[in-house]
Amino acid sequence: MSIPRPKPEKFRLRRTMMFMNAQKPGLIKDAYIYGADSIMLDLEDAVAENQKDSARFSLYHALKEIDYGDTEVIVRINGLDTPHWKEDIRVCVAGGCDGIRIAKTESAQDVKTVDEAVTEAEKEFGVEVGRTLLMAALESPKGVLNAYEICQASPRLFGVALSGGDYRKCMQVKVIPGGIEMLAARGHMLMAARAAGIQCFDTVFTNLNDDEGFRAEVKQNVEMGFDGKSLINPKQIPIVHEMLAPSQKEIAEAEKIVRAYREHASEGVGVFTLDNGKMIDIAFVPGAERVIKLAKASGIYEGDL
Amino acid sequence: MELKAVGTAGTLESSDVMITLEPTTSGGIDLTLESSVINQYGRQIKAEVLASLERLGVKNAKVIVNDHGALDCTIKARVECAYYRACQCDMDGKFDWGGVIR
Repeated sequence: MSIPRPKPEKFRLRRTMMFMNAQKPGLIKDAYIYGADSIMLDLEDAVAENQKDSARFSLYHALKEIDYGDTEVIVRINGLDTPHWKEDIRVCVAGGCDGIRIAKTESAQDVKTVDEAVTEAEKEFGVEVGRTLLMAALESPKGVLNAYEICQASPRLFGVALSGGDYRKCMQVKVIPGGIEMLAARGHMLMAARAAGIQCFDTVFTNLNDDEGFRAEVKQNVEMGFDGKSLINPKQIPIVHEMLAPSQKEIAEAEKIVRAYREHASEGVGVFTLDNGKMIDIAFVPGAERVIKLAKASGIYEGDL
Repeated sequence: MELKAVGTAGTLESSDVMITLEPTTSGGIDLTLESSVINQYGRQIKAEVLASLERLGVKNAKVIVNDHGALDCTIKARVECAYYRACQCDMDGKFDWGGVIR
């Protein structure tokens, strides 16, 4: 039995990316029911060194036999400084995962090295070359400083994510409410990702008992412009989806912009004003369309755009 | 490949199965099964283990299966892992995904 998966979509909605230990059968069999946009089956830190072999077999059969439906399936592979990453890539590609998360990315060359190994594996296993997507996790100051070159390193790359644990260790800081210790990294990475035209994801929030702290961090993520967040527990998923959902006011405004733009464009007019006096040109349209898309994904859109 | 030592994979956690392979020189596959769902699924679990062993080319072995409600995909994964551990050779870059592992 083998579940065929459709070709992965490079720029899909990825509000929530939930980590799952690829080695734990009890977890991976139910992974899709939680409703995350993406799940990240982990071969790296969640798997003990003496179980790296075992996790690959679990992963292979899970990819082949469990129906994940619309949930995107990403695999986090071991770092390029380990003996494991090459075989990790072979199993990911042979199993047909949607994408690979590269741990501890420090340079464009790291992404290119993985890209080449993925291409080789796609040829070996008869998978369409270019099908497997990549994302890069930045986990050190060096990785963050090289973010822009990393973001442009491969056409497979759909996004970058920050990994707070290792980054904070390198910077000799601890978790601070409000996130002052991560501000520069978040800002720099966001700018690099936007400049390169790819997505950007924030790090995990690990204190599961601190609901208020989690909400405050997600709120900041939204305000800074992140596409989504890595998560470690299913209970975090609905909170992120709810907080990323646009308000009815925002939806109405977005609808007005999209409709008015379409009408004016067909008459050959590029700049116009809405009834509230706001000047609108083409620069506003992608943002408005994104609001509509988010509203649809959040299940709160009742219009017909 | 030949089994060189005892190979074990899996855990005794719920939804998992622990498989132990021990090399023998004759007598075919000697399989012992313990399972929390033996009455409903005993036959199916045995068939899954034997099919995996056949794909891997194992002719003779003592096999102990301690199941706690594993899905088929987990059973296969644990048999294969126990097998490669018992063979004790470096397979990096050579695992036959989609071939004998399927």
